[in-house]
Amino acid sequence: MSKRGEGAFVEFREVSKSYDGKVLSVQDFTLSVAKGEFVTILGPSGCGKTTCLKMLAGFEEPTSGEILLNGRPIGRVRAHKRNIGVVFQQYALFPHMTIAENLAFPLQARGASKHESAAGVKRALDMVQLAAFADRRPGQLSGGQQQRAAIGRALVFEPDLVLMDEPLGALDRRLREDMQYEIRRLQQRLEVTMIYVTHDQGEAMVLSDRVAVMNGGKVEQIAPPEVLYEEPGTLFVANFIGENNRLDGEVVEWTEQVCRVDVKGKGVVQAFPVAVGEGDHHTSLTIRPERVELNPAPGRTANVFDAKVQDVIFIGDHLRIHAELLGCQQFIVKIPNIIGHGAVLPGDTVKFGWLTTDCRALDAAPPTQTGTAPAQ
Amino acid sequence: MMGKSRTQALLLSLPLIAFIGITFVAPLGSMVLRSFYDPLVAEILPKTVAALGEWDGGALPPEGVYALLAEELRQARADRTIGRLATRLNRQTPGLRSVVSGTGRRLARQGQPPWAEALPRMNKAWGEPEVWHAIAQAGRRVTPTYYLNALDLRMDADSGVVQQPEAKRVYRALFVKTIGVALAITLLCLGIGYPLAWFIAHSPPRRGRLLLVLVLLPFWTSLLVRTTSWIVLLQQQGVLNNLLIWAGVVADDQRLTLMHNMIGTFVAMTHVLLPFMVLPLYSVMSGIPPVQMQAASSLGAKWPRAFRRVYLPQSMPGVGAGCLLVFILAMGYYITPALVGGQSGQLISNFIAYHMQTSLNWGLAAALGSILFVAVLLLFLLYDRVLGLDRMRLGS
Ligand SMILES: Nc1ncnc2c1ncn2[C@@H]1O[C@H](COP(=O)(O)OP(=O)(O)OP(=O)(O)O)[C@@H](O)[C@H]1O
Ligand SMILES: [Mg+2]
Repeated sequence: MSKRGEGAFVEFREVSKSYDGKVLSVQDFTLSVAKGEFVTILGPSGCGKTTCLKMLAGFEEPTSGEILLNGRPIGRVRAHKRNIGVVFQQYALFPHMTIAENLAFPLQARGASKHESAAGVKRALDMVQLAAFADRRPGQLSGGQQQRAAIGRALVFEPDLVLMDEPLGALDRRLREDMQYEIRRLQQRLEVTMIYVTHDQGEAMVLSDRVAVMNGGKVEQIAPPEVLYEEPGTLFVANFIGENNRLDGEVVEWTEQVCRVDVKGKGVVQAFPVAVGEGDHHTSLTIRPERVELNPAPGRTANVFDAKVQDVIFIGDHLRIHAELLGCQQFIVKIPNIIGHGAVLPGDTVKFGWLTTDCRALDAAPPTQTGTAPAQ
Repeated sequence: MMGKSRTQALLLSLPLIAFIGITFVAPLGSMVLRSFYDPLVAEILPKTVAALGEWDGGALPPEGVYALLAEELRQARADRTIGRLATRLNRQTPGLRSVVSGTGRRLARQGQPPWAEALPRMNKAWGEPEVWHAIAQAGRRVTPTYYLNALDLRMDADSGVVQQPEAKRVYRALFVKTIGVALAITLLCLGIGYPLAWFIAHSPPRRGRLLLVLVLLPFWTSLLVRTTSWIVLLQQQGVLNNLLIWAGVVADDQRLTLMHNMIGTFVAMTHVLLPFMVLPLYSVMSGIPPVQMQAASSLGAKWPRAFRRVYLPQSMPGVGAGCLLVFILAMGYYITPALVGGQSGQLISNFIAYHMQTSLNWGLAAALGSILFVAVLLLFLLYDRVLGLDRMRLGS
């Protein structure tokens, strides 16, 4: 995580926002982004991502807290003076203008001459590969083309900071992947600072230098993608990023390196205590499906349990096994396809094992959250 | 199969076609017809008119025509149609009313051939060719008279179409005035309605609904009541004058005349027609996402520029629809100017009403109405050419 102050280009300091004076849509949001960095705000729908961008762009004011741009508070700077390129969730291209006119708009607003503006528009159109569509109106473009036009318009005036709000939300998967790559390439080439919003964890992983995971208006964790995956700090992050198995249980023994957790009396699991301290009782354990070993050699893994195979799905490079384990009905395991198709069959009883360090003891699931195992 | 389902579809839509025919095409058609088709004289004096057809129009018609007229005038008096005949002929040539009805009265009591001598004795007008020309003219079933009158023109026996005498020219100036007033009211409504619609469309939903109801409220109140309340407000002893005197702006002996003149017409009509401007504007504006203006400002445009380049063009379909609606309604508005307009505040439709109800000159009323109708139709076509009717949005 980059340090506050020096090098921070954008900084949210404990920013909170309430639209109606009652509910906080964003709560104590703190984030600092270095110049040239690509930071993604990731979270489920309604968690306050757009609200954060709106406050930064100047369309909404924080209820409390402060936002700094380049070290200076921007509370009093009007939106049109902030020089921030914004790509909106609904594109927000101007429907009555051609694509070229749309792209010329920010240049003209900055008093560019006809000549300068035409040159700038041409460069931007080439950059987003829309030169052939300059004279069309947004309504005559496909979703992906409109998206590129919106990106071109946000970049054409060479802002230092670009905000993108789920720009690929409406596109199909293939196009999304192409566009992700293009966005990343553009950002690196232009060396702009990017704050990107998405609810798609895959997209966040592919694009970002760092990801801020949000939930219910609060930040859960800010970290580079691989850290988020390997070392989720909360149960929410562990479940939101990638696939995870979850076992709920009670802590029976605790040291700083290892804790022993009783999973509903069906067995005791050894885990790495991330979010449980001394004296905590309830916890949720998470284990990545690919970190589970089938029939491990005795002594190799601290945790070994019997499992009843319910389903085996042949994916190609790996087998995906659904099994019942320690009362969890949907325990998922991914086994690399070394053992071959047919080595494990539904109905078999097998042993699954995993290392203590691969099993993270996190905060307990709130009772309302849908769990893998029913209570009692 | 195809043919059958077509027939079925046609049969199913017959009631609708009949409805449109009865409520729309028929009245409109009968109005237009009345403006140029007038069989009254030809029906009451069929033989005379036919005989006059052979008349060379030089000197006076021959004895035979006099005899036919005498016979048919007697008959008309007996049938009690002579009054209408007299009125109609009087319209053709002023003064003929008394000639016709007087002669009819005398014919009932006296008179015998030769009629060419007897009739001029009863009224010396029968000794002059003008009367006969007038009857011949009026005897034509298809007549341009009403249109000519509606445009301040008339037929002259020898020189064809000429201007009405200066003192009788009314309608051309009135058309111009009506168009001017309608334009001015349209602009007023736009000036008030645009910001109002903006405010309603971009208010939080709750407040927006409330404001919309307030705008619609006048719709649900009788037009008469609304207009009368303007009388209460605007008359010389009215609320507004009293307020102004109380505030010391005007002296008691200099009360403003705000009613029974153009001011009254303007104020009341703008009020009455405002919803027709606000509704289409509101419907278009509420379809413009707020994010459009946000995008414009994030791209560096100050508010005025963002408004002019981004918002205004997108609201144009509403502006077009609202203006067209208000202009057309204002062109044909009748009750409000009649009540608060006084002498100077009367518009073309008040004269149409006058000819419908008081002077009973339905032909002229129809001609005036048809001209108004065609003017509006032309406007519509012009609008379609310039802005495109398909881009017009009346409601979402
Ligand atoms: N203008 C507004 N007035 C009132 N409440 C709002 C407004 N905009 C957003 N909210 C509320 O604030 C919360 C956060 O909204 P926000 O738009 O930031 O979510 P988001 O994370 O962008 O969601 P999504 O992924 O669906 O776009 C939501 O509960 C939403 O209902
Ligand atoms: Mg959003």
